[in-house]
Amino acid sequence: MTHLGWLTVACYAASFACYARFLYAPNPWLGRLATALLAGEIVAEYFVLLERSHGMHAVPYDDLYGSMSLFAWLLGVTYLGLETFHRQRSVGAFVTLLLAVWMTLLETLVPRTAPPLPPARGPLFAFHVTLNTWAYAAFALSFVLSVVYLLQDRILRLRHPGAAFWRFPALDVLERMARSSVYIGLAALTAGATMGLIWAHRLMGSYTLSDPKVMVTFAILVVYAAYLLISRSARWRGARAAALCAANFGFVLFSYTLVNLYLTKFHRFL
Amino acid sequence: MPEISNAKGPMAGRIQVALIGCNHRTAPVELRERVAFTPQQALDAADELRRRGILEEALVLSTCNRSELYGVPGESGAMATDAMRDFLTSFHRISAAELNGRIYGRAGPEAVRHLFRVAAGLDSMLLGEAEILGQLRTAYGQALEHGTTGPVLNRLFQGALETGKRVRAETEIGARPVSVALAGVKLAEHVFGSLKGRVALIIGAGAVAEQVAEHLRNRGIGSLRVVNRSYSRAAELAGEAGGEALAWESLEAALGAGGHGGPGAPDMIIASAGGIGAFLTREMLERSIAARGGRPIFVADLGVPRNAAPDAAGVYNLYLYNVDDLGEIVEQNKKAREAEIPRAEAIVAEQSAKFEAWRQRLETRSVLDDLRNRFGEQREGLLRERLGESEGVSPEERERIARITGELIERILSQPAERLRNEKGMRGRVATIEALRYSFGLDATLGGLDATAGGLDETAGDAEDEE
Repeated sequence: MTHLGWLTVACYAASFACYARFLYAPNPWLGRLATALLAGEIVAEYFVLLERSHGMHAVPYDDLYGSMSLFAWLLGVTYLGLETFHRQRSVGAFVTLLLAVWMTLLETLVPRTAPPLPPARGPLFAFHVTLNTWAYAAFALSFVLSVVYLLQDRILRLRHPGAAFWRFPALDVLERMARSSVYIGLAALTAGATMGLIWAHRLMGSYTLSDPKVMVTFAILVVYAAYLLISRSARWRGARAAALCAANFGFVLFSYTLVNLYLTKFHRFL
Repeated sequence: MPEISNAKGPMAGRIQVALIGCNHRTAPVELRERVAFTPQQALDAADELRRRGILEEALVLSTCNRSELYGVPGESGAMATDAMRDFLTSFHRISAAELNGRIYGRAGPEAVRHLFRVAAGLDSMLLGEAEILGQLRTAYGQALEHGTTGPVLNRLFQGALETGKRVRAETEIGARPVSVALAGVKLAEHVFGSLKGRVALIIGAGAVAEQVAEHLRNRGIGSLRVVNRSYSRAAELAGEAGGEALAWESLEAALGAGGHGGPGAPDMIIASAGGIGAFLTREMLERSIAARGGRPIFVADLGVPRNAAPDAAGVYNLYLYNVDDLGEIVEQNKKAREAEIPRAEAIVAEQSAKFEAWRQRLETRSVLDDLRNRFGEQREGLLRERLGESEGVSPEERERIARITGELIERILSQPAERLRNEKGMRGRVATIEALRYSFGLDATLGGLDATAGGLDETAGDAEDEE
């Protein structure tokens, strides 16, 4: 792991420590410090990504390392946006824990070698991949929020709330944040997929709909749209909808891992 | 039995804080009622204490569970607590014998620590309750506005408010509800978030229902409905809580379970009707949730026998807590609060030490010593600088010059020392000391003797139990 890698992990870990402490002792300054640490890390990571993209003259998503870094960065950005919009910091501990673990795995397991220079594919392609990665990050966030919802629901049903329970966000807040996150993900994925199809059509004269990545992307759009539709129905509202949202993330993981690494022809990492 | 720990000793002429009072630990409610002060009486008493020369600064704190007189004694410091006690008996026309063993007194650091513990909720009947901080803030604000406080009490009460806020922010002592009524409301907040705009249905109109209604009103509940077998009692409670009373016969409609035409299903139901049994059936609650489009309902069943059918607990999106569930949570929370006492005491000790350090810096002797040291350092520096250049000065001459300049310093200091000794009022003495410290740069951190209400900002907290 490089010094910069350690610094990234340390920043996320420090932010996590503050958010976790904030759950027990909601000192406003501690909360602000947690947010500031996360924001600072996001700014620093932005410059790391920028530096990496300078060398490649492209958004750094062609290799697994770059793609995972971009994913983590977009996840952090999306979370910060939701935290500000919903004025709710108590989910921060879960998100920053995920980010810290993600970045640790990234820095220790994924080779950090500079990828070969990708061919110049234009801004449309860059937007396509960046928006899709952003969508995955937003769906990951909705997954975390849904899991916390299910945990909170379980504690409420067992009627034995523990110490941290009293600092957890309300079910209603978690549900609204998860829905906001899914809205962002769906919008980004729709725009990103559309741009990808247009780009492919320009390049090859066809829409390459048979590529597994494209098919899985459509499946993701369908399952998350279904979540938004039925999560407000009388039968699904609440824990069932949260479970569905969490389960939907399985499609995203499948698309991001197995499909990207083994199944797709056009969407492989370099 | 509590005793007056009078400040016999070298208190005269020193800046000290003294207090006397009684609280729920030392006096029964019958006596506490008799020594309680209305807000106006508290201000009048503070005025009178100052007018009689017992205290130079005075503040009376009076809540349901305590009546305490705080102040800064003047020259008669050693006897201040005795004089305050006599004043208390005369003000309330109570014989001294009745107060025997019921009144406690503190002076100096003990008094400071006592107040900071009170602000932290450590001395409250219900450990960690937040109401006392608001009462303290109000009492201080009124005294400040009335002009009975001065630099010492201002500093003391600002420190107390800071202590109270720190303890609640940095420990869990006030975080978890320790009354069944508030536990129910807090759990509902964990389902719905803010209760603003939400609809609550209170079934029953007893003491617990009253507490629940107050908590809901404090949280800005959107709509509050009260159903009771006695409509007049429901109307009374609804009137107090700014809600709407409904007849017992319209219970189904109030639940939204009676089809169209009702007032709409509530978000939360607090049921505490006694002696009826489980009138909230599983089917009624299912219909209520269905009427809400599947949105969850929180039910706190505080009735004995239970008001909600036990099998309703399995209904999807229904969060049902009975009185035992809530009681168990309250017990856990009480233990959790007790576990926080050492951390809260550490904050109290830290804040008390901070105040004591500030107070010591304001002692006359302290400022004179500091001035002497400052002048001495400058004299040493000057002598080294000037005599070092003069080769013709013998050691004897150097010694003589040093002695003369030392005497000069003492003569210079004699005037402020005299003035401080003769300063009658505490305000004047403190102002002079502060001016000296500021002018000679003795203490860069001494500032902040803010006589304004700067420290009177609002602090969030659950006023779950009254002091």
